[in-house]
Amino acid sequence: MSATATTLPGGLERLEPAADGHHPAWVGRARHDAREWVAEHGFPTLKDEDWRYTRVASILEIPFEPALPPTSPLPSKSAVDQVAGDLGGTRLVFFNGHLARQLSSFADLPPGVRVTSFASALVDDAPLLEPVLAGRSREHRHAFTELNLALAEDGAIIHIPAGTTIAAPIHLVFVSAAVSPLVSSPRSVVLAGARSRATIVETHVGSAGVYLTNAVTEVVLDEGARVEHYKVQDEADSAFHLAALHVRPGRDSSFSTHSLALGGAIARHEVRVRLESEGAEVTLNGLYLPEGEQHHDNPTLIEHVAPRCTSRQLYKGVLDGHGRGVFNGRIVVHPGALGTDASQINKNLLLSDDAEVDTRPRLEILTDDVRCTHGAAVGQLDEDAVFYLRSRGVPHQEARALLTHAFVRELLELIGVGALRSHVENQVAARLRAARVGVGR
Amino acid sequence: MILRVENLHAKIGDNEILRGVNLEVSPGEVHAVMGPNGSGKSTLAQVLAGREDYDVTGRVLYEGQDLLAMSPEDRAVAGVFLAFQYPVEIPGVGNLYFLRTALNSVRRLRGLDELDAIDFLSLAKERMSLVEMDESIMSRSVNEGFSGGEKKRNEILQMAVLEPKLAILDETDSGLDIDALRVVARGVNALRSEGRAMLVITHYQRLLDYIVPDVVHVFADGRIVRSGDKDLALELEQRGYAGLAQRPALETSTPVGATP
Repeated sequence: MSATATTLPGGLERLEPAADGHHPAWVGRARHDAREWVAEHGFPTLKDEDWRYTRVASILEIPFEPALPPTSPLPSKSAVDQVAGDLGGTRLVFFNGHLARQLSSFADLPPGVRVTSFASALVDDAPLLEPVLAGRSREHRHAFTELNLALAEDGAIIHIPAGTTIAAPIHLVFVSAAVSPLVSSPRSVVLAGARSRATIVETHVGSAGVYLTNAVTEVVLDEGARVEHYKVQDEADSAFHLAALHVRPGRDSSFSTHSLALGGAIARHEVRVRLESEGAEVTLNGLYLPEGEQHHDNPTLIEHVAPRCTSRQLYKGVLDGHGRGVFNGRIVVHPGALGTDASQINKNLLLSDDAEVDTRPRLEILTDDVRCTHGAAVGQLDEDAVFYLRSRGVPHQEARALLTHAFVRELLELIGVGALRSHVENQVAARLRAARVGVGR
Repeated sequence: MILRVENLHAKIGDNEILRGVNLEVSPGEVHAVMGPNGSGKSTLAQVLAGREDYDVTGRVLYEGQDLLAMSPEDRAVAGVFLAFQYPVEIPGVGNLYFLRTALNSVRRLRGLDELDAIDFLSLAKERMSLVEMDESIMSRSVNEGFSGGEKKRNEILQMAVLEPKLAILDETDSGLDIDALRVVARGVNALRSEGRAMLVITHYQRLLDYIVPDVVHVFADGRIVRSGDKDLALELEQRGYAGLAQRPALETSTPVGATP
């Protein structure tokens, strides 16, 4: 990484956490180390393989300030329901990165389950967090994950004891609105005990303003745990969203994540999974729908270290207007990862001549006895199908929306939470209806 | 007169495919258009349905309106229907959903109420029986993995649901065995009515044993070269297109094909 041209006066690296109060000493040290790391390595540039399609220079020029705990009126509960969906169960709502208790609801949870905020956990449950934050994997660092650690004040902490099943999804809603440029740095941690089961939904929504959500979510699964994770990114069009999801699956555990990228000016959702325990299964699905001038980047890294692990990836993009999408999917099969079974599929639909997509599978296979498949495709709507529908009386715009919807349906049907699926289907349908989808070219 | 085609030309790039087609069709009539492969029959069907790939000149009046100025969907709403020679597969769109979307779109644009799911289903079931369509096929994606016969029956089903005034059947017999051909022809015949005209495009006389036309046109080299009654099809069967092509083309200054 290069520090040149990115360490600007007024840049992000000068920021300090607004409240650095009652934390244990190791938190202060971890934050200090993180800041040092950023000062030393600087922010990524297009020369970094993982960032070669996403230019962050424009973000670094903005004089962001850390978001403070809200003093102004919060959105109403029904407004949150409307933008994020009401999934029932436990819901933590954060406003500009800080927990808004009055908007949150804590449903009955099985004994021993802890759902709390990062801010309180730092005070009450610091020993639980220390191994995760202080012992985080070194090779997955970049300036934004380090900046998150340096600035993180809140987020969700979910701890599920061994053998416990949480039936209803736990919904984490991050609502943002900024008058002047703000950065929020939510840090969330999910610790799933052995053979536990849980569903976690992260929704990021924004109404207005220039802000940066720089989020990190870590999921650690013990032996045999099963976690379903969903992420809906519907930030304001003027906002930036840089997120990392880091997953450490235990032996014979199962983790799946489904991401939907709708909003943001520049949005990057990175997923990194390190398969260090035998027999784990991970599924990474993603759908990105950039339009206008939006930029959606989806880097994934799956490292097969232990034998007999399975990874599945299905990412689809629909690109309209001047929208730009990136799928940068890397799979590394380390020596000794015998019996690895990995597949990766990326399909893209270009709805406009000005839209652009970069799809880049990177497979590094350093052992024999693996099954590794990948496929990438970029195409346009089938004009024969458009004509067929029009000849049956379906107006041009509707015909294109119908075919586009058929393209994305496969991913929507994989959403296992009914209330979330219908909410997301409505969002996607509204997007496809509103899109000009190239009619009249 | 439901359809009047005057000196219709169509080309793609420098390749002129239709070279002055003249045709008149009255309501209730079934016209067969027969001709060898590559003569431009399917292009005529596509141009009438509104395919935008062609440079088109000439005039087409449909119920007195300028058909060429209308979008494909407006033509469908006005009552023009094309049964495709090669029905398009649409993965991810259920056949029943497609049919309902099409019908309700047409109804909406005709100023009629849309049908709800229950009313639509009873209509669809009734029309499915016309073409002996199995219900299981309705939950599959449009035409995806359908056999040749299923695809053609699906086209006739769409016609039965959309109830056009002018149906253009493009090589509806191609790829059908004799049993499937009988089913399709029975469906088509059931849909013949005084208010509905049909243009049956075919390469073989065989289909016309089942769908008996009022008028037969011979199509060659991008235009109609002869017109007559149903016996013309039999003559064609005996002599072949080569035999007919040796004859001088009919005068095309007056439209042919109108029944007296």
